[in-house]
Formats: sequence, structure tokens, C-alpha cells
Amino acid sequence: MRLFETSTTMPKTIKLTKGLNIRLKGAAEKNLKVLSPRMFAIKPTDFIGVFPRLLVKEGDLVKAGSPVFIDKYRDNITFTSPVSGTIAEIKRGDKRLLLEIRIEADENISYVEFGTAEPKSLSKELIIEKLLSSGLWTMIRQRPYAVIANPLQTPKAIYVSAFDTSPLAPDLDFIVKGQGEAFQAGLNALSKLTEGKIHLNIGENTTAPEFLNSTNTEITTFKGPHPVGNVGIQIHHIDPINKGDVVWFAGVQDVVAIGNLFLKGVYDASITVALAGSEVIKPQYFKTLRCAEIAPIIKGNIKEGNPRYISGNVLTGTRIRHDSYISFYDTMLSVIPEGDYHEFLGWALPGIGKYSFSRTFFSWLTPNKEYTLDTNLHGGERAFVMTGQYEKVLPMDIYPMQLVKAIMTDDIDLMENLGIYEVEPEDLALCEFIDTSKTEIQTIVRKGLEVMRKEMS
Amino acid sequence: MKALRKQLDKIKPQFQKGGKFEKLHSSFDAFETFLFVPDKTTAHGSHIRDSIDMKRTMSIVVIAMIPALLFGMWNIGHQHFLSIGETAALLEKFLFGLGKALPIIVVSYVTGLGIEFAFAQFRGHEVNEGFLVSGMLIPLVVPPDIPLWMVAVATAFAVVIGKEVFGGTGMNILNPALTARAFLFFAYPAQLSGDKVWIAEKADAYSGATPLAEAAAGIDSGVVNFTHSFMDMFLGVIPGSIGETSTLAILIGAAILVFTGVGSLRIMLSVVIGGIFMGGLLNIAGSNAYMDVPFYYHLVMGGFAFGAVYMATDPVTASQTNTGKLIYGFFIGLMAVLIRVLNPAYPEGMMLAILLMNVFAPLIDHYVVEANIKRRLKRLKAVKA
Repeated sequence: MRLFETSTTMPKTIKLTKGLNIRLKGAAEKNLKVLSPRMFAIKPTDFIGVFPRLLVKEGDLVKAGSPVFIDKYRDNITFTSPVSGTIAEIKRGDKRLLLEIRIEADENISYVEFGTAEPKSLSKELIIEKLLSSGLWTMIRQRPYAVIANPLQTPKAIYVSAFDTSPLAPDLDFIVKGQGEAFQAGLNALSKLTEGKIHLNIGENTTAPEFLNSTNTEITTFKGPHPVGNVGIQIHHIDPINKGDVVWFAGVQDVVAIGNLFLKGVYDASITVALAGSEVIKPQYFKTLRCAEIAPIIKGNIKEGNPRYISGNVLTGTRIRHDSYISFYDTMLSVIPEGDYHEFLGWALPGIGKYSFSRTFFSWLTPNKEYTLDTNLHGGERAFVMTGQYEKVLPMDIYPMQLVKAIMTDDIDLMENLGIYEVEPEDLALCEFIDTSKTEIQTIVRKGLEVMRKEMS
Repeated sequence: MKALRKQLDKIKPQFQKGGKFEKLHSSFDAFETFLFVPDKTTAHGSHIRDSIDMKRTMSIVVIAMIPALLFGMWNIGHQHFLSIGETAALLEKFLFGLGKALPIIVVSYVTGLGIEFAFAQFRGHEVNEGFLVSGMLIPLVVPPDIPLWMVAVATAFAVVIGKEVFGGTGMNILNPALTARAFLFFAYPAQLSGDKVWIAEKADAYSGATPLAEAAAGIDSGVVNFTHSFMDMFLGVIPGSIGETSTLAILIGAAILVFTGVGSLRIMLSVVIGGIFMGGLLNIAGSNAYMDVPFYYHLVMGGFAFGAVYMATDPVTASQTNTGKLIYGFFIGLMAVLIRVLNPAYPEGMMLAILLMNVFAPLIDHYVVEANIKRRLKRLKAVKA
């Protein structure tokens, strides 16, 4: 059933009811602290499907915007340094997999000059050229597969989600404050790249004039619980992806960075990151740089114990070490307790303080309580038994369990028929969260998408 | 509990790879995870997980059966004393019932769990929680006077043929508890039909016919004479299988299942609607005395309510899609009443209706999912055109 028609003119509102807002302790307060981190690392593993070919070696000097590596199979896609400094270390893992290119920053950042220009006056080719050479092209990703966009393609449309509904998510209204000019310049640049629309999707609580007054965009308001803030859910309800379709998407801070490239002529890697989670003493926002170390963010601000650091949100983020770096696309750092403990008869207790989407624990008595959730799996992995659960937290016209089973059995036709092009693991993260059988749904969906990507290329 | 944990940690290595009792790994694991929720943390995907797991889910279902079980125990005693013409106190009736029902429950669990453990051991799997529910369902759907060896044989049949040959919990096609019931029904028809079996240690002179039998008798005699009123049937003071008689107790269980989100309200309601629909149709046709039995009697007679709430809702054997669940439930209700009224060989249609729809559930889902696929293809065509 298609519930929503796409209208062409009027600003429209799409209301979704399925989903779940997980109430966690430790939301970031709206204080902004400016940091000047020294260590940076670009992690090639942040980029799906990229095979890095290094252009630097340890000891080399780079500027902000200097190329560091390229994609072996798409050599026009360049990954550049967010700061000026020295290549401190090239860290490899098993089978010489390139894990991190660590850069020690200079005291004062010097930039590669790409020249200022009003994007409206530039041709599509020039804009693409500028984005590619500065490395900012990597901020534009495509659906399906969430890989970096192909500059030779023209997308059906470009989507920007201007609100985040994931647990403890940063407030993008707060982040974008005062960056309206750069945001608009970024939108202008993007609008040259598609013959379709720039869809700016806002939440019901969005009030930032930077979003509401943006031009060159089609604004759609989305109402509902998480995952409504996910760009994939929004695309599904505005104009779903069919086989063969390509749409692009970028984050709000990515658009700002792209705008700054044209306004300032340099790769300004500034980014606002939210530090949140129950293990943080003072959760708040930090002005730092892309790929920066997290050490100055967490310094003296984490409670005693055994915390887990997550670049990104608790549903979809990447587990990192306390001496690691923010991932390229992430705008938050979550810190929650590890759950490596045994609980005596835990499954049988009334469970007053145990969070559950179901009402099998007595925590339903306290619907507004905020919870400290740890990383315990809360049970063993089982075969699929319960049904109809996933559908309650996936606001899409997709059969999640059937899709997951199709992926598990490597049935390519069925995956395609069941709409694999329309999903990303993050869209099904809540299904994984609530799953009684503890199935690794996000891992399975990623695997399915990779199978399809290889099959289609 | 620290001492217990310490003890477990001490003996654990012997059950792990290379240990002395390596082969008993899954049994150890079953006991360990029963006592302690494992300390396993998330490695991939979502870093936080819902507190719910299979043990919790299954224990909720067992809890939801307790009202029916307790009432059933009392009713065994009640029916017994009624048949021998004695009066007895509530506790006396209950204790009599307890004495009848408890051995059946023990036999069911011991047989079933024994086989489950053996299979888990053999396959190197973790022991699944599914039988916690089946093991309680089986005693609730058998007559109070059933010989214990029959319970054991039926349970073994259900677990091995009904479930394990397909790969265990989550893979089975037929509801295991109903497989046990069907096995009994077809293997020992003499012991499982007639008026004798439904009341424990019944006096011979006392009729003790179940409402279903009375209704079926009406086809030949031309008039249905119910010994019990509609209210008696609703409350459950009638002869029948241990857990099936009280619609009221079953409704309490249904409320628990629906409220906690474990049982599917969709299925329960559509079964009832299907039953009312067929019952209503037969009322309109009305060509014999059974057809004239008001449709709402079907909801409180026999195992209709029990099947709708505890059997049809088994997520593994039911339809998995939301639309499918409506169709699946509707046809269960419809078939149950149809079989009851039009097929005098089987006085209780619920069991066969659910088993039949268990078989059809994947087909229903297939067409529901196919509709989704067609929508997607149509969208693609519309764009291309």
C-alpha cells in the first residue's frame, strides 16, 4: 500500500507511526566547547567498498585538503587530509588491511587553496571537479548501498535529512546555527548535480531558519518516532528507490562543509560533535574537526567503570577505543557501560528497571523513565520464532523478516523483489534492537547489499 | 549467588572445547543460561539490545496458561465429585485435580525436555526454550483420566516427528502440542472418545457428556439437549480436557498475551470472527438441530477458545505476515465450526482446523508477500512507462 502521494508544489507533511524512541540517559546539553585536537586519523574502513591506494608515507607533510589516498577502482575519488601536519603513522591490520592514516596536526592549519566561487555561477563539471580534488566528494553518498556517489552518474534526486531521531541524537538545529550561508551554498552546489530536486527533510520540531528559509529545496516535514529521521525512510515515503534508480544523500554538516569549500575556497573540516550517553559526566557539544581524536572530548568527562565508546549512535555506530578517532560521517560520540556480567535468573525477574519494547517486563509501569542501557545481549541467539515484531518498528512497505531470510539464503531475485535497494542496515537497526532471537540483522542486511552491489556492477 | 556463579565458572572449562565433558556442552549451557543471563555483549550492529529473550517470551506464555491450569485442576475435582454425587470443599476438589494433573505435567515435561536435551546434545545446539510452552500445552489438551504412558508416547511423537525432524524450534510446520493431541486422537480413538474419558474416576451411571458430544447427538435425535447452560460453558464447569473448559480463564490468559505483546491479537480475533461467521451461516441454513445451536455457543464449547488463544497464535506455525494472520485465523475459526457441525466423525474441529491451517500458513504468506512484490514491480513499470 502506498500511503502517500508525492505532490509537486505544496510543502507537505508525512506522518509515520511505526518505530520507537528509546529513552536513554545522558542527552547532550546545548553547550558548545571549542577544541583544538592534535591527532587525526582517516579510517578507510569508514567508506563502504573503497580499496585505498595510499599517496603518502610516514613523515610526509600534508595540508588541509592534500590527497592522502584514492580509491583503487575509482581513482578520481580522492580522500584528503582534514588538517595540515605530518603523517605520523600508517596503521595496518590483518592481511595488511589499511586501518588508519594518522596525522599529527600543525599548530596553525594551512590549507590547499581551491579558490572561492559562487556555486550558482559554476558549471556542473567545475563543481564536480572541485569536490573531487578537495576530497569533499566523499561526503556525497548514494542509495542503494550507501557508497560514495559516482561522479559520472546523475541522481534522480538528492536528499538531506535535517533532523536525527536516533537515541541521544545531536540536535541539528543547534549545530547548524550561524552556518546558514554555508549550508545554502552547499545546497546550491548540490542542486547543480541533479536534474531532480534537493529534498530537505525536517522534523516536526525543526525551527532553525537555516533549514526553514533555505532555497532551491523541497522541504518535507516528517512526524513520528525513530527511524523517521533516517534518510532511507524519508526516501521511501517521498519517492521510493526502484531497481536501477540512484539517489544521493548527504548529512547537514557535509552540506555545510561543501558550502564552505565554495565560500572560503578551502577544506574546512570543522564539525560539531555531540558527546552523549549515561557514562558521560557532562554530556554536551564540541566543536572539533572531522576525523579528530576523541581524547580531548572524553578527557575527565567519563564516569568510573568499564565504558564502551561508540562513534555514532548506540544503534548503528562503530565501537572504538578510548584513544581512537571519530569516524568520517559521524557527528556524535556515545558512551555507555559494557554489559559483561552474569545476571542471576535475569529472564525470570519482574524487571522493573529493564527496558523492553514489549511489555514482558514490569518497566511498562514507568513509561517516561530514562534508562541506562548497557551492551549486554540479554539472552542467547535463537532461530526466528516471534513474528510481527519487526514490522512494528519499520515504517516501510517492506517485509523485514522475509527480506532478512532472503539475504540469509542468498536469494538474489527475492532480495531485489522484497526491496533491498530501499534499505540500509541503519533502517532495520530497531528491528535488531527489539529482536527476541538476537539475530544480527544489520550485519545480514549489509551482507545482502554487498552481494547485490557486486552482482550489479 | 556469587558462590553459585563461582562454582559454575569453576566447572565450566570441563564442558568447553577440550574439556572432560565437552560432549555435554549444550546441557551445561542450558543450565547455566537458565540460572544466569549470559555475560555476552554485543559485537556487531546495535550496541544496545532489548531485555527480552526467548526464555522471557516463553515464560510469559506459560504464565498466561496458569489461570486455565488452576481452573482446570479445580474442575477435574468438581466434575469428579459431581459424577459420584458427593459434595466437596473447594480445596478438596482442587487437590483431587492436582493429583490428576500434576503427573501428566511431569510426564510431559520429563519426556519432552529429555528428548530436546538429547537432540541439542546430538546436534551441538543450544537447548531451545520452545518446549517450555509445548510441555504445558500438552497436559492442558488431554482428558484428566488419560493413562500416563499415552502422554509420554504422544509427547515423544510430537517432539521428534512434529518438531525435531524439521530442525527444532522455529523450523516446525505443525504445532507440536496439537501434533501430540492429534496423535492421541488417531492412535487411541477408543480411549479418547466417548463420554467416559472427560471426567476423572467417573461413576458409571453419570452421563458426563461434553457439550460437543451433546450437540453432535442432536443431529440424530433432532434436538440438542445441553446439560449445561451457556454461562456454565463460559465459566468452564463442564467436562472436557484439563485446560480447555473455562473460556473465562482463557480470556485472562489472552489478556496477558496481548498486553505483553507476546500473543497476536490479530489471530485471536480473526479466529473468533471466523467461528462466528461460520456459526452464523449454519444458523441461517439451519437444516438440523446442531446447525441451529446458536453461533456463540461454538466460542465456549470444547477447545475453541483454548485453540484460538494458545494454539493458533504459535508464531512458528502461524502465518508470519500481518495480513496473512487475519486470513489464517479466519479460516481456523471457520473450519473448526464447519468440521464440528458437518463432520460427525470428529466432534472437536478445532484441533484439525488449526493443524490444517498450519499447513496452509506458508502458502498464505507466500501470496501476501507476492502482493508486496507485485506492488514494487508495478511501481517500477510505472516509472519506466
